[in-house]
Amino acid sequence: MYNFTPVSAMLGGLIIGVSVVLFFYTTGRLAGISGIFANTISSKTNRSSNFLFLLGLVLGPLIYFYTTKVPANFKITDSLMLIIIGGLLVGLGTRMCGGCTSGHGICGISRISIRSMVATITFIITGMITVFILQQFGIYK
Amino acid sequence: MSEKLFSLLSGIIFGIGLVISGMTNPEKVIGFLSLTYNWDASLIFVMGGAIVVTAPVFFILKNKTSSSLGLEIKLPQKKDLDKNLLLGSSLFGIGWGLVGLCPGPAISSIAFFEPITVIFLVSMVVGILINKYI
Repeated sequence: MYNFTPVSAMLGGLIIGVSVVLFFYTTGRLAGISGIFANTISSKTNRSSNFLFLLGLVLGPLIYFYTTKVPANFKITDSLMLIIIGGLLVGLGTRMCGGCTSGHGICGISRISIRSMVATITFIITGMITVFILQQFGIYK
Repeated sequence: MSEKLFSLLSGIIFGIGLVISGMTNPEKVIGFLSLTYNWDASLIFVMGGAIVVTAPVFFILKNKTSSSLGLEIKLPQKKDLDKNLLLGSSLFGIGWGLVGLCPGPAISSIAFFEPITVIFLVSMVVGILINKYI
């Protein structure tokens, strides 16, 4: 298996779990990021705490890189068309289905929500089909 | 006040978890979605690691009606598998596969100072507004 990093993945996952628990325990809300992002834009309810959560999402990596001096790995497509269509579909799709990898994939599954399990399986499958098709055109290796 | 403080703190911890997990790198997410070629299963371990922590806590707290700060607990009540759930998650998956970014890493990616991720975020906002107004 190529580039497989189970230990750091698991450690990162555990830390994400701690964040979801802390957020729920203190605020009573689920840390579904597409929802927090959309509400920050379009709803006055909890706007400042939603914004601060998102600010934390940016500060976390900055603090991590600043303190550990670990080089940042970031490789993304340079195709503007993929970026724009991808962003549109992620915004539209997550709001239609009411969650993303965090809201459905983590919060929903751990609450044993059938809706979230179906959503998670669906977006993983359509994501895999999309990458498969792009690979046929040589876009991803 | 403490609600805001804990929101910021939760976001910081989430962001650190994301970057340690490797999921802030779109290449790694594409590797997970590339089932037929050099598949990288790491993302399953990220979700699994998170769920190991969250599932027992949600189970223990399932009957609580207010948080430790005295705020009302509001949980999703929908149960039915409707058209929007299936269509929305399908579209999200396609967008996710095109770029390798989902909402969390897309926001955290601001920390990498890559201008192209700002274009992704703006497109995401347009997608959110399309859903809201159309």
